[in-house]
Amino acid sequence: MDSIMDIKDLNLWYGDNQALRGINVTLPRNQITALIGPSGCGKSTFLKTLNRMQDLVQGVKIRGKVLYDGIDIYDPSVDVTWLRKRIGMVFQKANPFPMSIYDNIAYGPRTHGIRGRARLDQIVEQSLRAAAIWDEVKDRLRSSALGLSGGQQQRLCIARALAVEPDILLLDESTSALDPISTGKIEDLAVQLKEKYTVIMVTHNMQQAARISDCCAFFLLGELVEFSSTQDMFSTPKDSRTEDYITGRFG
Amino acid sequence: MSMRAEKPGAKSPKHIALERGMNLLFLLCGIVTVGVVLCISIYLVVAGLPAIVEIGPADFFLGTVWKPTATTVEPSYGILPFILTSVYGTAGAVILGIPIGLLTAIFLAKVAPPKVAGLLRSAVQLLAGIPSVVYGLVGMIVLVPAIQKVFHLASGATLLAAILVLTIMILPSIIQVSETSLRAVPKEYEEASQALGATELETYLRVTLPAAKSGVATAIVLGVGRAIGEAMAIIMVSGNVANMPGLLKSVRFMTTAIASEMSYASVGSLQWQALYSIGLTLFLFIMLINVLLNVFIKNGTGNSGGRRRLGRRKKESGQ
Repeated sequence: MDSIMDIKDLNLWYGDNQALRGINVTLPRNQITALIGPSGCGKSTFLKTLNRMQDLVQGVKIRGKVLYDGIDIYDPSVDVTWLRKRIGMVFQKANPFPMSIYDNIAYGPRTHGIRGRARLDQIVEQSLRAAAIWDEVKDRLRSSALGLSGGQQQRLCIARALAVEPDILLLDESTSALDPISTGKIEDLAVQLKEKYTVIMVTHNMQQAARISDCCAFFLLGELVEFSSTQDMFSTPKDSRTEDYITGRFG
Repeated sequence: MSMRAEKPGAKSPKHIALERGMNLLFLLCGIVTVGVVLCISIYLVVAGLPAIVEIGPADFFLGTVWKPTATTVEPSYGILPFILTSVYGTAGAVILGIPIGLLTAIFLAKVAPPKVAGLLRSAVQLLAGIPSVVYGLVGMIVLVPAIQKVFHLASGATLLAAILVLTIMILPSIIQVSETSLRAVPKEYEEASQALGATELETYLRVTLPAAKSGVATAIVLGVGRAIGEAMAIIMVSGNVANMPGLLKSVRFMTTAIASEMSYASVGSLQWQALYSIGLTLFLFIMLINVLLNVFIKNGTGNSGGRRRLGRRKKESGQ
């Protein structure tokens, strides 16, 4: 299995409170990896260390290594702008900018210096198509993104993340606020996206993890309890805590 | 014991009377405010219109010479110098004040460490509380001589001095109002921007500021209102001469014309009446600016909540 991220002995503190404890894991390329576990177990925290969104949190302390294609992303020489261009993120709550649909998508490319009208048009169409929302919005690219439905907004956010041509897409409970139909659309989308991208997603929805992920990581109290293929984790969990959590949810 | 059997849950008559009374009180307070505004408007029109008619609107608004007390020649009552000075002065203050104010607001709301922000915020509040005559004094003692020296002028009391004083005077309202609206921008927008690789600064300028634009526009309206209506501070630094405006010329604003001549104009004279006409003009200007900016704000926020809500309402009423 080709790996894309290598996490070595990662520890994280918010003030005095240790949120991640000695995480060691290798994440596979072009696969969907689901991070599961109860609330407060550190899975979202872990996700946000992968593109250094943790930098925005006051009083956070991180020890250990996060290697992306062999580069330690916490090395002082690493350009965060570059890193976040390579590792895109979609949040729990759809957060389109209060601008037109077009400007939402074009925001990232413009940030990275693309100004040509024709090129931007092309990127906007490509990204919206990739996020399976082109047909719904192609006639209203100039109208406000806030006029879209919740599910559309979330797919727009995925398109916005894709517009900067990332390598990895981080989804932070990105379907938890959506209805089942919108959720289904985004799940289908994630499965399509893994051909070109690596998808790492936090989810509270056990069925969702079972349905679409290839690998699963189970977090508990800041520790990574178990990491294995989704099939193995749901059929033959190695750790009793994993089994308790999974069966507890289903039973 | 109550005299008559009341239904459970019925309002007591006392309660109803109290409520009616309070409603009436609120209504009265509202009427007082509206009434005062109406009275002032009517009074200004009644007092200001005759002079305009007598002088002739063209000579009054477009005349470039203000010599109401001339004796050897025919007195003339052209207020174009005052109008242009007020417009230039306000525009200058706003052009200088907006960038400074907005950047300060961004710094306060987003960038500054809490302690620095607290200190700066108290300074801004203090700035807002300084009486305008004190601004005038400081401008007279510090700014006017400095301008005189730098530009080698006979007098430093110029439009430039007035613009600088006005700029500082409108800063607090611009800063305070825009800081509040910048803070109200959801954090999610900024996170999304930074997750796309934008730097903090890019995020504030390209996402936060546009998202806060209706608040920022309000801040600008307040700034304009304060600048165009100010008299005391600028009367002390602008030289108070009825010249056509120039950056390094002594000038007189609409406000300062009224303030400085009212004391010696003989009551009932055409000069005295013309001062009321200037007041009316100033009043109309402020109304016009408010209306224009309001229209601008309403159109300018088409991308955010306003129009969306409107759209939804339309849809609902169509059903």
